[in-house]
Amino acid sequence: MTALSALFVRDIKLAVRVGGGAGIGVLFFLIVVTLTPFAIGPDLNLLGRIGPAILWLGALLASLLTLDRLLTADAEDGSLDLILTGGTPLELAVAVKALAQWLTTGLPLVIATPFFGLLLNLDLRTSTAVALTLLAGTPALTFIGLIGAALAVSLRRGGLLLAVLVLPLTVPVLIFGVAASNAAIVGPLPFGTPFTILCALTLVAMVLGTFAAGTALRHAME
Amino acid sequence: MRLEGRDLACIRGGREVFAGVGFAAAGGEALVVTGRNGTGKSSLLRMIAGFVRVAAGRLDLEGGAPEHTLAEQAHYLGHQDALKPSLTAMENLSFWSSYLGSGQEVQEVEAPMAALAAVGLEAVAGFPAAYLSAGQRRRLSIARLVAVKRPIWLLDEPTTALDRPAQERLSELMGAHLAGGGLIVAAAHGAIGLERAKELHLGDDA
Repeated sequence: MTALSALFVRDIKLAVRVGGGAGIGVLFFLIVVTLTPFAIGPDLNLLGRIGPAILWLGALLASLLTLDRLLTADAEDGSLDLILTGGTPLELAVAVKALAQWLTTGLPLVIATPFFGLLLNLDLRTSTAVALTLLAGTPALTFIGLIGAALAVSLRRGGLLLAVLVLPLTVPVLIFGVAASNAAIVGPLPFGTPFTILCALTLVAMVLGTFAAGTALRHAME
Repeated sequence: MRLEGRDLACIRGGREVFAGVGFAAAGGEALVVTGRNGTGKSSLLRMIAGFVRVAAGRLDLEGGAPEHTLAEQAHYLGHQDALKPSLTAMENLSFWSSYLGSGQEVQEVEAPMAALAAVGLEAVAGFPAAYLSAGQRRRLSIARLVAVKRPIWLLDEPTTALDRPAQERLSELMGAHLAGGGLIVAAAHGAIGLERAKELHLGDDA
């Protein structure tokens, strides 16, 4: 087994074991989606109209929930030191960690979206469209969050600081994610335009997030 | 193989930890770094491992594998044990041996079970690391050094939490490593079971 696949398998195992937090994101997402109709009241048309935005906001917050442990846990127990002596470039190692993080926290949100859409009076076609935009957009959230996770290591403050640092950076992803979802339901924009930009944002975030996190971590080790 | 540091200086958080430190150790030799708390023993080890930048001076390894950096030829055993509580002892060790050993020749990577046996932990191989005692966690970290062969061992107070039989076992493992041409740099306050070790004293309190 190569170093990177070993790291990948370990992170998946850690996430699905007790206390790993793989299920927490989906539960949080469910709670946000369930609370919304209570706050808005029994206006089915309004719910249907803002449904995609609520799903996106819920997924955005849920994907941030477990990010603060992504790198600080490894920094605190000394694993990060050993990862550095492994001979694998740090950027690749954090990219693999982010990928494992997305598979265990981002992908479950995407899979849950068509069902949670029912709670917001969205038909199956609409919620599938939202799920598709989340599939394209949540990797961007994870990789942007990776920058915050790496900064949390150097600043020795996790949790809320990470959310404050990361949330402003996710604005473009949110805008184009919701725009693509709305385009799929009501138009008038074609679905392809915002969706392509969303995919581009994800690709940019994957590259930028990886290198920025690597730099931040190297700095944090000093 | 020869590890040599000349006029090394270390600056952490804007504060000079030490300056003008020099040492040399060849294969088969052990260097014990002593000194009071805060004189930079751990910083020196972390500098050799490549975690802390060399602020001044030179750090050279002659005769190692030229395609690997110094850090990639060194095992670092620090105060933190790098174990995940929810993984079993075996899973923890298997992960580190495949992660650290992936760039190495196959015959240089020992089976994790044999490494666990070398530190006397085969009975708890299936236990989550959360259930292990401090000494057992330490031994599990030491098993990593046995599982993946690397010529340089950087040990930061390796005997912490170890009982007497485990200390003797560690002493045997270190002896075998030195006999095989390996090199050990250890930070220690008391005796750690290394015979004929060179000593490097940090700090000016003599």
